[in-house]
Amino acid sequence: MPLLELKNVDYSYPSGDDDYIQALYSVSLAVERGEFVALVGCNGSGKSTLARLANGLITPDRGFVTVDGMSTDKKENLYDIRKKIGVVFQNPDNQMVTTVVEDDVAFGPENLGLPPAEIRERVDWALDCVGMREYAKSGPFRLSGGQKQRVAIAGVLAIKPELMILDEATGMLDPEGRAEVMKVVTDLNRREHMAVVMITHFMEEAATADRIIILDRGHVVADGGRELFERPEVFERAGLMLPLPVRLAGALKKNGFDLGCPLTVEQFVAETKRALTERKTDGGGGSR
Amino acid sequence: MRDVTIGQYYPANSIVHRADPRFKLLIMLLYIVMVFFCDSFFSFGFLTLFVLVTVLISRVPPLKVLKGLRMVIVVVLITTVLMIIFYRGEGEPLAEWKIFRIYLDGIYASIKLAWRLMLLVVMPTLLTLTSTPTELCDGLESLLSPLKKLHFPVHELALIMSIALRLIPTLIEETDKIMNAQKARGAKFESRNPFKKIKAMLPVLIPLFVSSFRRADDLADAMDSRCYRGAKGRTRMKSLKFHAGDVIALLVWCIIFVCVLFLKYNWFGWAFIAVIGL
Repeated sequence: MPLLELKNVDYSYPSGDDDYIQALYSVSLAVERGEFVALVGCNGSGKSTLARLANGLITPDRGFVTVDGMSTDKKENLYDIRKKIGVVFQNPDNQMVTTVVEDDVAFGPENLGLPPAEIRERVDWALDCVGMREYAKSGPFRLSGGQKQRVAIAGVLAIKPELMILDEATGMLDPEGRAEVMKVVTDLNRREHMAVVMITHFMEEAATADRIIILDRGHVVADGGRELFERPEVFERAGLMLPLPVRLAGALKKNGFDLGCPLTVEQFVAETKRALTERKTDGGGGSR
Repeated sequence: MRDVTIGQYYPANSIVHRADPRFKLLIMLLYIVMVFFCDSFFSFGFLTLFVLVTVLISRVPPLKVLKGLRMVIVVVLITTVLMIIFYRGEGEPLAEWKIFRIYLDGIYASIKLAWRLMLLVVMPTLLTLTSTPTELCDGLESLLSPLKKLHFPVHELALIMSIALRLIPTLIEETDKIMNAQKARGAKFESRNPFKKIKAMLPVLIPLFVSSFRRADDLADAMDSRCYRGAKGRTRMKSLKFHAGDVIALLVWCIIFVCVLFLKYNWFGWAFIAVIGL
């Protein structure tokens, strides 16, 4: 049984009196335990709607969403669903409930009704995971955006969900903050085997995931591994810009210099080096 | 910007800081009632002595406490002066000038009033200097918890207070942003005319309201996502614990209260106290 499953999900938002804006059209997808998925798409493609559907903040108009077999449209399931699926939202300022970091992280486990000693343990563990232990006693307002978002992640982490959805959690951060959060998330996936769904429109972030799902105006238009990046037309049709190394490699390929499909700057450099040495030896062979 | 969430908390390691906030709140309640039972210079002096002792053991610099009283001192001075001038006592006035007459009774009464006001404010100031808003929130929640039996939403009230405290700095920041945005479009907030000033605030308040509601929505989603379902089945990481010292402190203040009552009512005909009391 997949951890999270959406089947033929339609969803529309009311807009005005009798008007509706359809956000999702018959979306079907499944996320398994331990997966690292990037969900990409432009503004208004329905990414955030999907996140809110996943933990039952909203329920689909048609189709169904199940978490470990539990349907989100039954109210009595919601508490158990939210124990399994944690969501980190975009604005870190709007996710904090209290004025002290550790109290905020404790909010989730407190809601689970755990004994105080175990809450303490989970809070310390979660703060360690995101590298914010030394700020446990400080107020969130002395922290940078990246640090605040790491606290928000710790707050979700302390519930020990099986799947963490980050709804553009790096959207309001500067590059440094983004890197901090990305590192924490990839570590959690690798070390704690927590399934992660990253909702983002930063392609560089999406390139770190094992699986990429592309949403375009409410439709899932592509769902696959990193090899998707070798088909730039899919991204372009969805209005997305590929990571810079992929674009550079594409431009070079048109000029007869094939680098394959490097996803990061490091890969790009390595590929270029390899191609250059190959060319040199080839060229040397030709002149003889 | 001043960190409002910490309030005027002065971190130090003293028994007053470490005391259980519930007991501090109880003592505060007792103390305020007590101040209103004081009506002689002797009882005021008696109480002041204990207040000074508390300030000293709290390890908060007395100057800091006085700084917290700044605004109140101004009010107290004004009321005292007005009271001395307008008090209409018995017998001959000490001095007279046009409509103003100064009586000895008036001087006594106004000094007592000033003293009482100062006493009323000193201890709550010390309370906020020695406990964080979160501690006070938790203490209040715990003290009010018997009301849960009457279906009074104690937990919800405490949560509302804690969220309000948490959002104050965010809203101040937001107000700043909106004001700057309006200034960039030519709004003028520096008018001398108070009516114009109020009118100029309107384009700030409306966006502030709208964004607050949006924030509230976001926060509710985040809380829902973190398994919040009200007080039901909820536990706390930090449970309040009281120690022997807290109980002793409360007892000491109870004894002081009884002394104050003796000073006022002179029970059992303890005439010697009545002689000392003015």
